[in-house]
Amino acid sequence: MTKDREILKLLEQDSRTPAERIAAMVGEDAERVRNLIQEWENAGIIRRYKTVIDWERFGVERVFAFIDVSVTPERGAGFDDIARRIYRYPEVHSVYLVSGGHDLRVVVEGDTMKQVANFVAEKLATIDRVNSTNTHFLLKKYKDDGDLFVESDSDHRLMVTP
Amino acid sequence: MKPLNDTVTATPPSGIRRFFDIAAQMDDVISLSVGEPDFVTPWRIREAGIYAIEHGFTAYTSNSGLPRLIQAIAEHLHARYQVSYEKDQILITVGVSEGLDLALRAILNTGDEVIYAEPCYVSYGPGIRFAGGVAIPVHTHGDDGFRIHPEDIEAAVTPNTKALLLCYPNNPTGATQNREDLQRIVDIAVKHDLYIISDEIYDRLTYIGKHTCLSSLNGAAERTILLNGFSKAYAMTGWRVAYACAPKPIAENMLKIHQYTMLCAPHMVQLAALEAILKAGNDVEEMVADYDHRRRLFVRGLNEIGMGCIEPKGAFYAFPSIRHTGLTSEQFASKLLMEERVAVVPGNAFGASGEGYVRCCYATALSQLEEALERMERFMQKIQLERKSTNVSSEALKI
Repeated sequence: MTKDREILKLLEQDSRTPAERIAAMVGEDAERVRNLIQEWENAGIIRRYKTVIDWERFGVERVFAFIDVSVTPERGAGFDDIARRIYRYPEVHSVYLVSGGHDLRVVVEGDTMKQVANFVAEKLATIDRVNSTNTHFLLKKYKDDGDLFVESDSDHRLMVTP
Repeated sequence: MKPLNDTVTATPPSGIRRFFDIAAQMDDVISLSVGEPDFVTPWRIREAGIYAIEHGFTAYTSNSGLPRLIQAIAEHLHARYQVSYEKDQILITVGVSEGLDLALRAILNTGDEVIYAEPCYVSYGPGIRFAGGVAIPVHTHGDDGFRIHPEDIEAAVTPNTKALLLCYPNNPTGATQNREDLQRIVDIAVKHDLYIISDEIYDRLTYIGKHTCLSSLNGAAERTILLNGFSKAYAMTGWRVAYACAPKPIAENMLKIHQYTMLCAPHMVQLAALEAILKAGNDVEEMVADYDHRRRLFVRGLNEIGMGCIEPKGAFYAFPSIRHTGLTSEQFASKLLMEERVAVVPGNAFGASGEGYVRCCYATALSQLEEALERMERFMQKIQLERKSTNVSSEALKI
């Protein structure tokens, strides 16, 4: 792995890692690390910095649904145009073009099931060229984007070992 | 009652263990005294172990081990180091510790001498003595990165020398050894007709340069017993599974001892090891990258707080010097534990040439490493102040 890639991976794991620490970890000069990060921010390689929050633990209920959408692609624009019509809604968490029985996989986020269901019925299903929707509500989050949302392994090592 | 075995009775218990009881009873201790990864065994390997138990792989295997595992090890070694071993030259052991014991017992007669570099893993000396041999340590020094000098080895050779025992990357110093020096050591072994036991358990944890598999050197294969295993690379310390590769006559002797004493390594553990060697290459690479980050951070930190440390190029230990504190390794370690609750292992636990050093394992969470560095910095400052005031008062006494 190149040093630059290592730096990005470290930031991806914890975006709050100070440049000095990253520099020490990869054997690089702190000034160069700061400059690189600046460059990546400018170039849009680093999109933004966000925080992984366990909202449920905080006490806030969020409702997520995975919606398989079948569409008729448009001549000249393929799936892009219809995907755009969907991803511009703030309720839409993610949109993927996928292979298999459906075309788009849309993740919708809301405060209540009713709100999400209404969004699907009123906005998503009524878009021209959307042929069908198949909604799956998320019941429990075990692992999300590489992060475990249940207890992780604890350290069972002895205090002193050879 | 009649006296017990003299050799065993005369052997002191491991110096590492002495600290265990004290440290285990204290709260809020950051332990840098472990000798194992802080990763849990990668899931795919654990799952293979569970699958093996679920499907009833609970019987003995053949003495030498599962043929599929032996085959996979042979292929792995050939692909990685271009060394060739046939099936009957490979033996699955219960940890490298068993492999080392078998190797020593397979080749030593009472009174045979084994030369090894110090500081070293705690069981080399006792293991040699338990096998009836005489342990001949050759000292290495921090000033030149704990490099072993071939001429020092040759100077220790006597008519009774039977074998050399090497361990690179090294526990406790983290030192590696370059190919040229290793070749010179093999040449010495050839010249004096010595066996070589090469403990390469940390081979995958090499951060600078490439690991040299000893049996890949000219003239080495016919006299080398290569020991390696799954504990460190695959974070499988508690599974106790390793392997030994040796020339046929030695492998036959080792197999005899193994079949009469251990019988075989656990069946389900061997199946987990098979998954490890075939499928867990990426897991190893990720873990190694992670150790490397912590290695750089920790070693830089040690040097900044006045615990001078050569760059460890392998394993997961830093071996900083504490000579300038005026304390012995044991005094330093126990004072650091009592005053700042950081557990390190005194260097003399690894032989006399480890005196003046302490072993710190950096296979622990980053936040813990940084906290440990802060505590050690405070400790070093305190020691400096204490030394200054003692100097002042002793000068005052002179007047």
